[in-house]
Amino acid sequence: MSTPGSPKSEHRSAEHAGFRMSGKLKGLLVLAAVLLLLPLLLSNNYQYDVVIRIAMNAIVVIGLNLLIGYTGQISLGHAGFLGIGAYASGILTTQFSWPPLLALLAGCVAAGALAFAIARPVLKLKGHYLAMATLGLGIIISIVITNEGKYTGGPDGLTVPALALSGFELDGAKPWYVVVALLLLLVTWLALNLIDSPAGRALQAIHGSEVAAQVAGVQTTRVKVRIFVVSAVIASLVGSLSAHYIAFITPGIAGFFHSIELVTMVVVGGMASVFGSIVGAVILTMLPQLLSTFEGWETVVFGAILMATMIFMPKGIVPTLAAHFRKGGSK
Amino acid sequence: MTAQFLQFLFSGITIGATYALAALGFSIIYNASGVINFAQGEFIMLGGMAAALLAAQGVPLPLAIGIAVVGAAVGGLLVEKLAIEPAKNAEVVTLIIITIGASLFIRGLVQVTVGKGTHALPSFSGDKPLEVLGATLLPQSLWVLGVTLVIVAVLAWFFTRTLHGKAMLATSHNKLAAQLVGINTKAILLVSFGLSAALGALGGILVAPITNTSYDIGIMLGLKGFVAATLGGLGSGTGAIVGGLLLGVVEAMTAGYISSSYKDAVPFVLILVVLFFMPRGLFGAKLTERV
Amino acid sequence: MSQLIVKGLSKQFGGVKAVQDVSFTIQGGTVHSVIGPNGAGKTTLFNLITGIYTPSSGSIEFEGTPVAGAEPAELARLGMSRTFQNLQVCMNMTAIENVMVGAHLRLSQGLLASVLHLPALRRADRACREEAAELMRFVGVGDYHRAHASQMSYGALKRLEIARALAAKPKMILLDEPAAGLNDTETHEIEALIRKIADSGVTVVLVEHDMKLVMNLSDHILVLDYGKKLAEGTAAEVRANPDVIAAYLGASA
Repeated sequence: MSTPGSPKSEHRSAEHAGFRMSGKLKGLLVLAAVLLLLPLLLSNNYQYDVVIRIAMNAIVVIGLNLLIGYTGQISLGHAGFLGIGAYASGILTTQFSWPPLLALLAGCVAAGALAFAIARPVLKLKGHYLAMATLGLGIIISIVITNEGKYTGGPDGLTVPALALSGFELDGAKPWYVVVALLLLLVTWLALNLIDSPAGRALQAIHGSEVAAQVAGVQTTRVKVRIFVVSAVIASLVGSLSAHYIAFITPGIAGFFHSIELVTMVVVGGMASVFGSIVGAVILTMLPQLLSTFEGWETVVFGAILMATMIFMPKGIVPTLAAHFRKGGSK
Repeated sequence: MTAQFLQFLFSGITIGATYALAALGFSIIYNASGVINFAQGEFIMLGGMAAALLAAQGVPLPLAIGIAVVGAAVGGLLVEKLAIEPAKNAEVVTLIIITIGASLFIRGLVQVTVGKGTHALPSFSGDKPLEVLGATLLPQSLWVLGVTLVIVAVLAWFFTRTLHGKAMLATSHNKLAAQLVGINTKAILLVSFGLSAALGALGGILVAPITNTSYDIGIMLGLKGFVAATLGGLGSGTGAIVGGLLLGVVEAMTAGYISSSYKDAVPFVLILVVLFFMPRGLFGAKLTERV
Repeated sequence: MSQLIVKGLSKQFGGVKAVQDVSFTIQGGTVHSVIGPNGAGKTTLFNLITGIYTPSSGSIEFEGTPVAGAEPAELARLGMSRTFQNLQVCMNMTAIENVMVGAHLRLSQGLLASVLHLPALRRADRACREEAAELMRFVGVGDYHRAHASQMSYGALKRLEIARALAAKPKMILLDEPAAGLNDTETHEIEALIRKIADSGVTVVLVEHDMKLVMNLSDHILVLDYGKKLAEGTAAEVRANPDVIAAYLGASA
């Protein structure tokens, strides 16, 4: 499993180039195998639903991790971009009869443009200010969605038609599963490629020492903006898809809590780890489901788990486990 | 015309004082540790909530307030001791997540023990509104402003005249140097969390008679306090006060003259505007990074 | 050939005049040292030349191009490379990746090629990795070519930074206190390394406190004191300069 850039692992050693590539390949094959075999274990629509939601979250989180874990920036309002995608698809298909794919594209463009507008001025500054700006943006988006009920349906929500492509309608658990699984595999592969390239190293260098990256010729502001836009577009894409899948969206999808959930998936699963993002999505998507039996205690347990994980496994689950395996003297 | 303006101004300054106290809390902790304490909002909630519950049980108001503030301070100390200190040298993002976890934990506990309902705290000196230049001013508002002014004065004296206060300031300017001269920076961090929690709680108590309290008011109040702190310049005490008051007033004016449904968006639009043109905030220090 | 021409360079931080009206020229292919007591403005001068700071006034010309106030990335493009006094190594990356970052400008940065891992990019990356390993051997940390940056000692990291700076195949390399924190043996090794770098034709600009190293290596020395130029010349000239002697005898360098 390739997890380059894991912060400060004590006994980690860089694998030889050839082995590292096959490490990446191994991870992908494992993922593909899991996705392929999983349907054998799933017996009802509810279970498919959970898995599909996990996969969608995973895709967003991979994109977000590129920004937070690898480049060392922070976004506390990423759900806002999800919301833009979801409501672009919802509104354009229902009220303006746009073809779903075009609406999806429009959402991505809107999210990307907004991300670009915000990122340029603010990414030149240090962390907290970006946190504040992204926080602000996310909340503003969710307030706008809540208030402009005429278009968005407001707090009561919006019904979204199924995703239709020239007559063929994407409907039902199994077809959605195939789409989302393939997309997850694709995004994972793309992300792993990116990390293992000059552009990917530039990202990590910015996190490690921005000034060192600059004197090496990296145009750090431009790179940061680019990765911010990319992660925003990914979020919008998933937002649009989830709007069609769930067929009903509410302003909560763009809300502050959802943004925090996403960041938590990054941090708990593993910063600067593509597979960590997937693990984080699995755990934190399933957790509320498991906790729903605790009626009301969900928030408490969620908070407790967050604190405990961050205190005892600050690098996140996957990098911490990876470090343990290497300590164990394997290979 | 003037009456209406004054009305908005009064309500703006009143809520602004709460934001200012919250912002002070953020700044104090930020100075001591570089952490943005997302649990700050929950201490605001705890203050009002605890006081309201105690008062409902028949506890005399001053005592209820005192217990609530102390309780919140203890809560702050616990958060620092149990959640922040063990994490020691974690990255800032990690610490922020921990405080978010703490805020969820606290909010969730209140939710299960007290429920989702709203609770009222009696006004300190009655509800009979005062007439000022045609606008109505609640006596509680005067309490809010008065107490806040006193707190600010006390804090100013504390930070500039007492040894402990100066030690805290020293830690905020250069932690290593402070340690080298024998200042117990760990204790400072503990105290700063306790102090911030107390300040937040007090703000929550002061404003609870006007806005009522429930388990989830902490979120927005905390976020807006954070905005106010950033507006004024993270880490600056004066900035926190000015930021808070300014925020409250702008918010009230917007709600009154433009649109009340977008009231909550005001702080965040404001912060974006400020960040674009004055990134250090109104009073933030200019930082030069030495390489 | 005058590679770097600095004229009347000044930098003020609020009331502090860190660098005042400094002028000098650096010839290509030489070893040029900047010395002076602590606080003399040496690192500030470095930061001005390499674009970290913008000058308050004055001009800097690198190979004929005016570069005062240019961004560091721009200067990297023009062929300038540097290391840092307080060690700016990316501890979140492996040693070899750190060096590969130095070669950033010489590799493809296209997003599409990166995410698709096109064969050309893979080949270039492999070559870059081999080059980086070679550079690590050149600077003396070849043993660490499979290591993570966090596993390396201070001295090794200092050399790693030099390897990164060299990966850019620069025309001029600026080393900010390369011997700081090193013992005698390590200092000798660094001296030998800098000699090797200078012999390869790269212009070396050095800020250093170790006088033996400076006197042994330098073709030309610039002495700063309180942000102003105190003296300049060859090692012999500077050693004999009464102002320099006074400044150093007064300080505890």
